[in-house]
Amino acid sequence: MLSLKFVGQTLVIAAVFLGPVNCWSATPTNILVMAKSLDDLITLDPAEAFEFSGTEIIGNLYDRLFEANRVGPGEPTPSLAQSWSVSEDGRSYEFLLKEGPVFENGRPVSAFDVVFSLRRSVILNKTPSFILSQLGFTKQNVGARVRAIDARRFVLETDRDYAPSLVMNILSSAMTSIVDREVVLAHEQDGDLGHEWLRSHSAGSGPFRLHRWNVGEYVMLEANHEYPNASTKIERFVIRDIREPATQRLMLIRGDIDIARDLGPDQIAALAEEPGIATWSAPQARIFYMALNQKNPILALTQVQLAIRYSIDYQNIVRHLLPGRAEVHQAFLPKGFIGALKETPFVLDTARARRLLIEAGHGKGFSIKADVRSDPLALQIAQAIQASLAEAGIVMDLQPGDGKQVLTKYRARRHDVYLGYWGPDYLDPHSNAAAFARNVNNANDAVDKTLAWRNSWEIPDITRRTDEATLVRDPSDRAEAYRKLQRSLQTNSPFIILFQERALFAMRKEVTGLEVGLTADQIRYERVSK
Amino acid sequence: MKIARDASHASGAPSSRGQAKLARFSLFWRLLSQNLMAMVGLGVVILLAVVALLGPVLSPHDPYAQDLAVRLMPPNMSYWFGTDELGRDIFSRVLHGARITLSIVVLVAVIAAPFGLILGCVSGYRGGWFDLAIMRITDIFLAFPRLILALAFVAALGPGIENAVIAIALTSWPVYARVARAETLLVRSANYVSAARLQGASSWRVIRRYVIPMCVNSMVVRVTLDMAGIILTAAGLGFLGLGAKPPSPEWGAMIANGRQYLFDQWWLATMPGLAILFVSLGFNLLGDGLRDAFDPRG
Amino acid sequence: MTDLQRNSIGSKKSHLSQQSAHARGNAAEPALLIRPSFIVRLGFCITRVARALASIVVTIIGLLLVTFMIGRVIPVDPVLAVVGDQASPESYAAARAEMGLDQPLLVQVVMYFGKLGRGDLGTSTLTRRPIVEDIALYFPATLELATLATIFGIILGIPAGVYSAARRGRLPDHVIRIISLFGYSMPTFWLGMIGLLVLYAKLGWIAGPGRIDILYDGMVPTVTRLLLVDSLLAGNFRAFASACAHIALPSAILGYFSMAYIARMTRSFMIDQLTQDHIVAARAKGLSEGRVIWRHALGNAAVPLVTVVALSYGSLLEGSVLTETVFAWPGLGLYLTNALLSADMNAVLGATIVIGLVFLGLNLVTDAIYSWIDPRAK
Repeated sequence: MLSLKFVGQTLVIAAVFLGPVNCWSATPTNILVMAKSLDDLITLDPAEAFEFSGTEIIGNLYDRLFEANRVGPGEPTPSLAQSWSVSEDGRSYEFLLKEGPVFENGRPVSAFDVVFSLRRSVILNKTPSFILSQLGFTKQNVGARVRAIDARRFVLETDRDYAPSLVMNILSSAMTSIVDREVVLAHEQDGDLGHEWLRSHSAGSGPFRLHRWNVGEYVMLEANHEYPNASTKIERFVIRDIREPATQRLMLIRGDIDIARDLGPDQIAALAEEPGIATWSAPQARIFYMALNQKNPILALTQVQLAIRYSIDYQNIVRHLLPGRAEVHQAFLPKGFIGALKETPFVLDTARARRLLIEAGHGKGFSIKADVRSDPLALQIAQAIQASLAEAGIVMDLQPGDGKQVLTKYRARRHDVYLGYWGPDYLDPHSNAAAFARNVNNANDAVDKTLAWRNSWEIPDITRRTDEATLVRDPSDRAEAYRKLQRSLQTNSPFIILFQERALFAMRKEVTGLEVGLTADQIRYERVSK
Repeated sequence: MKIARDASHASGAPSSRGQAKLARFSLFWRLLSQNLMAMVGLGVVILLAVVALLGPVLSPHDPYAQDLAVRLMPPNMSYWFGTDELGRDIFSRVLHGARITLSIVVLVAVIAAPFGLILGCVSGYRGGWFDLAIMRITDIFLAFPRLILALAFVAALGPGIENAVIAIALTSWPVYARVARAETLLVRSANYVSAARLQGASSWRVIRRYVIPMCVNSMVVRVTLDMAGIILTAAGLGFLGLGAKPPSPEWGAMIANGRQYLFDQWWLATMPGLAILFVSLGFNLLGDGLRDAFDPRG
Repeated sequence: MTDLQRNSIGSKKSHLSQQSAHARGNAAEPALLIRPSFIVRLGFCITRVARALASIVVTIIGLLLVTFMIGRVIPVDPVLAVVGDQASPESYAAARAEMGLDQPLLVQVVMYFGKLGRGDLGTSTLTRRPIVEDIALYFPATLELATLATIFGIILGIPAGVYSAARRGRLPDHVIRIISLFGYSMPTFWLGMIGLLVLYAKLGWIAGPGRIDILYDGMVPTVTRLLLVDSLLAGNFRAFASACAHIALPSAILGYFSMAYIARMTRSFMIDQLTQDHIVAARAKGLSEGRVIWRHALGNAAVPLVTVVALSYGSLLEGSVLTETVFAWPGLGLYLTNALLSADMNAVLGATIVIGLVFLGLNLVTDAIYSWIDPRAK
């Protein structure tokens, strides 16, 4: 190859002219570099960000009133909040803030900042605003219902007597991050509450501040050494936008990056023999599921749904295709959530599936189309399912497409079968229950396009039970309410939950202290060192 | 080329049109068969056709049969090209893929080339506003990033290899139109064309009888040389998930899938990659040979 | 193989063969003998350029209309791509109105042309930055890569093609042809990944993906946004070395494809030329073979070669999705593909204009050079 010779010559010339400059060395010890595809990163404004990359970075730039419990299921732990009390009627919460936390410019965090941030999220009405406004806030009433008493105390009034755990969980989500009111307002343009500016800047009290964001290349964070409990020796944490996993892997081996985030199970397995590289995996809240559109009369039959449940080789798919990347999970709440159901009653049983199809009057089988995102892992899972469904006599034609294309079709209810991921929006069981088990209006022009709606699944009774579960104040009763809902959906619903995901990490052996929670906004860099 | 000229002199004046055709073909074939590289290319193309026809008979395994227990096996006695990420036999898949590749190539040749040829000839012969309009349209298509155009068509029509073929055909006709037009401009003022026109032949007849036949040769060469590009465009669409639908053993889709295994299980991407390389080389060598044989001087 | 460049190379041979056909038509008289006056040449150039400029405007308008149509047929909801899966109906409607999608298509088209007239390409619905800003970010990266690759392509491709033609049918010819055919038929990402594995991961001869070492990023003041130029302007030689080490492999790989194409076309033109009567005559006069080949034949082949180089350069400037993905290169190909798949039509339109202008501008330059060299060209 002639060009290689040319590269060689170029390098020789470069080396001669520039002397012993080693410009391609490993990263210095006070900079930590992580490679991750940032193709979904569009904003760093907490009131707007709803993407995995955005909420992960925001989690490290800002603090919230509560932190999700990263150890196990249960109530979140207070972060900026020190204590709180709930009124008799269960609709009014009074919070007392900790003394000490400061913003990146040194100004103490006050209740006025908290109130501003929460109101701002509701008023801006961006994508994630529903998380907070479902507690009964609107642009009009949020000024009255969220108000400061003094610099350390504020009140929050909900429209119903929700379970306190729901309120705490919502106040731990990335969209309730506390921003510096003065700094943000100083950058306000045309009454946008600083939105335009905050999209690419930070004004938080978190362990890092945003140093630089070069779109398409990297996001560079700078450590805030004033941050309480920050033990990191890292000055800068760089997230490089590397989209090709194979490239990430080479850079990791070479030492140009310290952490690789997007390697697949087979690539992780191959790295096991590599000296100096450690790999591990951590559970995530995202689930992989299959949805059957009830507009298709065959898929609306309960026996057919059951037959499909018995035609999937859950165990072997996980063992061979997803080792370390997922585990079998068959209920809509992921493990780690209050009330998550751990039972996995379904296994591959083709004979039984055939009997069920005969019972349903489709003994000769039938054909369906399945929409799936064209990412390698989803396509592998889809093809494995396709093969085992074929054994039972069901021909599943795969329609791969780009994520947004598939989603557009799904939301328009034009699919037969949808195969894809679902990640909860906040760490409360209601987040998933509201998606899978709630459909207020099944009309085509409905406002709430929940997953149940998308599959045209009309469920007035289940919807009522889902709404009631948000009002159960006793934690164990609430958990039981969700377990019942999950059992009911497990055997009789258009949803076949297949797997709960795990995140795979590959990093240089000297890197320690990366903390990983169930959702993207729970991935923390503050104790990372190398 | 001395031999060529001698050959044409030696054959003398043909006594019928059929004989002339035959003589022309025998000269053409003699030139082609003397060209070793071209014969290698022809051999490859014939092999592709044979494999496309007999692939199902020749393959040792079912190309769709999954066996997760033997996934990612290196090439061995029972799996000659190894197995893929779902434990399917890559050799059988490559054999079955030949049919898909051949149909892509044939369909594009059947749809795009004649369309471009006729449009280009008419445009070049008629000239005037018609020519101007056609040239602006081809300009627009040519100035457009071709893969993006194909991507947009496929996104609109839905995934699947048939739609990918249509999209590629839709994006490749302007090239052929341009080539045909350029040839037509050269032929238009030739004496025999003027003679036919003076005898009262209609434009359409002139184009059909005198212009198109002159352009066909260069069109065949061009299409043959473009085959590699067409196969790779199809592969590119497959790479973005908009080409062949899984589990179809389309070569481009197989390469795209195998990409993530390139460092550890090289055979996943390399085997279909070699197949594409082999077939592209075949078409290119044949194309070069055809050009030399059609135009003995240049 | 997704890469645009080769497909487009294939697609843009047309101009070229038009010109090669033309060159062949003229070949009876050697073009070198004609020396028209400077004024005549200038006149030809100016009319040609004026006519070409008019057709550029028409073509760009056509391009935009086609792009609008594409935006209509893509089954992706652009609002959804912006507000996400969980948006409330109000925020969905607000975003839709903000993007102007509640207007009829014709109104959208007219509004777009109106803004375009004021030099405003609109705002990306995905990155929510002005398109001009986005393109100023992505295009220089592609420009840098494409320029270097084209330089490689010319330096290696033309001599290879000439040599191949001179040794037609012999071993060097076969070797060069096979090497360039490999360039035609090899998926870029395959070569890119193997190149990275060997030269970067195993041998450590070159730097890894990205445009420059993260340490130097931001240390070079932005002037042209071409890192190689900016680092030299700033006198920061270490940054320059780092940028060189990063661009070496991707530009060499794209350069290989460019070389393959240029070598192939050069060979073809040279073979055309070497069988012409005036070359035979030059040989008969006893001119040295080197002089005949390099001076006379290549001199005449220069005209279509300019077109070939321009086409190859133009198609590289479209950016190549796969090379950019493998090398984490923030280029135009990646930007355009992402924009299209998210139905971010402002971005697609903007990038289409840039690519269209580049293509047409190169055509124009080629035409000007062509008519300068050979004023008889129509």
